[in-house]
Amino acid sequence: MGPEMKQKSGNPVIRIRSMRKVYKLGPTEVIALDGIDLDVFQNEYIAIMGPSGSGKSTLMNILGCLDTPDSGEYFLADEPVDEMDDDALALIRNREIGFIFQSFNLLPRTSILRNVELPLVYSGLSREERVRRARQALDRVGLAERVNHQPNELSGGQRQRVAIARALVNEPSILLADEPTGNLDSQTGEEILALFEDLYLQGHTLLVVTHEDHVAQHARRCVRLRDGLVESDKPIREPALAPPS
Amino acid sequence: MKLGQRLSEWTEAFRIALEQLLAHKVRSLLTALGVIIGIVAVTLMGTAIKGIDTGFTNSLDMLGQDLFYLEKWPWRDVGDEWFLYRNRPNIELSDADEINQWIRNRDDSSLRVAVPSKVAFRSIQREDRSIGSVYINGTTADFALINTADIREGRFFSYPEEKSARNVIVLGHDVADTLFPEGIDQAMGGEVVISGFTFRVIGVLQRQGSFLGLQSFDNQVIIPLPSMLRFFTGNWRNSIRVQAEPGAGMEYAADELTGLYRRIRGLLPGEPDNFEINRSEALEDQLGPVKSGLALAGFFITGLALFVGAIGIMNITFVSVKERTREIGTRRAIGARRQAILLQFLIEAVSICLLGGLIGLILAYGLKTAIASAFPAFPFTFSTDLVIMACFLSILTGIVSGIAPAWQAARLDPANALRHE
Repeated sequence: MGPEMKQKSGNPVIRIRSMRKVYKLGPTEVIALDGIDLDVFQNEYIAIMGPSGSGKSTLMNILGCLDTPDSGEYFLADEPVDEMDDDALALIRNREIGFIFQSFNLLPRTSILRNVELPLVYSGLSREERVRRARQALDRVGLAERVNHQPNELSGGQRQRVAIARALVNEPSILLADEPTGNLDSQTGEEILALFEDLYLQGHTLLVVTHEDHVAQHARRCVRLRDGLVESDKPIREPALAPPS
Repeated sequence: MKLGQRLSEWTEAFRIALEQLLAHKVRSLLTALGVIIGIVAVTLMGTAIKGIDTGFTNSLDMLGQDLFYLEKWPWRDVGDEWFLYRNRPNIELSDADEINQWIRNRDDSSLRVAVPSKVAFRSIQREDRSIGSVYINGTTADFALINTADIREGRFFSYPEEKSARNVIVLGHDVADTLFPEGIDQAMGGEVVISGFTFRVIGVLQRQGSFLGLQSFDNQVIIPLPSMLRFFTGNWRNSIRVQAEPGAGMEYAADELTGLYRRIRGLLPGEPDNFEINRSEALEDQLGPVKSGLALAGFFITGLALFVGAIGIMNITFVSVKERTREIGTRRAIGARRQAILLQFLIEAVSICLLGGLIGLILAYGLKTAIASAFPAFPFTFSTDLVIMACFLSILTGIVSGIAPAWQAARLDPANALRHE
């Protein structure tokens, strides 16, 4: 797929308008998000940066449908997420979002294949279909030979690949990565980032939360948050291909 | 699709439960121990109560379900009114003839036969052996018609033997066993002595067991009534057994017998009965509350053991939820609904309980077998419904103890759960 095919078209995958989230810590209120607007289009590769307390974790949780905003609109793949109940949110997480965590969060004492299968278990697919698609996903991250290993038999980089395969297995609309290289040495981190680059080139939409500049440099667009607001939102490379909206 | 999703939630929950059991074998077994003990206690209590119940029914069958015992005293506690009963006239054994006469003259009588019994307690000797306080039943040859015990050896005495007052005797099992230690089959034709009179053994009764474990029915002998008059003429323990016709209602038969005996006694309308018509059903009414009280107390105490087991399971499930908070967060993040998490921990708790229940059942069965071989008299009964009850109780314990931790797990905020260290 050539870069010329990667065009923003139609509605954004994610559309956020004046989103607010306030946490109450005893008598004091902490404003985590103070009315954020954000559009993410199909096949974007975005780094979300910001100092701690800037609201990037909160934004990540809300984008990942793990948390709900106090006010504001959130459309994910044209569906109004802010109005959904818990079961519907679980379904959205299952179908539309692939999570990649800093500490991988693989299930211990469970084979790689089972780990990658897990999202499909919760979407109720038959066993054969699950295994077929899990193998496919593992193949895409280059771990096709390791299906029967357990997570503790793999290196950190391999574990993160398994987690990426798990995120990919349901063909989600977006991949959400939270400090994906935070637990890896720099060389392994670069390997993971190279894999992200591949996925981007294959047409996936990626959001990566990070505080490391060199990680953010791999993205095409960088959103910086400060005090619950978007401080800056600009393209990183190839500005002609991924301009800010 | 919806169905497929639910199905995989269930199968996943069972898979996780099995994995957890295998991953924490010692912990699971120790936790299950509470349930094991509880189920053993409940099951043994259940077998004991069922056994008592069976023994009770057997005992009532010994009395004869279709027999009336026409007697002076009722089979119940008479309390402060005892003097009313004491002043009643004794039962005249010749009244049995009048009842039989009535039965013979009426084709539609609901009664079949009346058999008189004179009762005394005497010791019986044979050579240098002796057995004390044997229940001596002096009766007619008709007793063979209504006898609830089978003859093991020999025969019952005949009508001519009764009329000619022959000194023949039918021994109860224990009496024969004591007096003829060389073997019960050796008793036939042997001679025993009651109050100086020698009786020839013509039959031995089958072993019957004891009535409610108290009074042995095997510690009795049966002799012809005229022979008994030689050494005992007391009337105070007389009784007349009256058997109802097969198929006739017991209530109806009781009414007929009451009316008939009032006529024989010459009682005027308005006068109270001065006799008692006892039957096994009356005992049933009297012992029923005792039985259910025993069952209630037994199940309450053993239920406490199960409750303690449930608390153990609840505790370990709370620990399990705490330990696996991140896993819960991960599962929620990749699409598990609250219900799936709830199910996961509930089934884990139920699995431990069911495991405990099954081990408990096996242990209880072993114990029951051991007790039964040590005390053969105790009527233990181990039945399918007891197994079903134990399994049901285990599952119930699992649900009761698992629901609170499982609910807590399902209520976890996924974002917080993921951040949990």
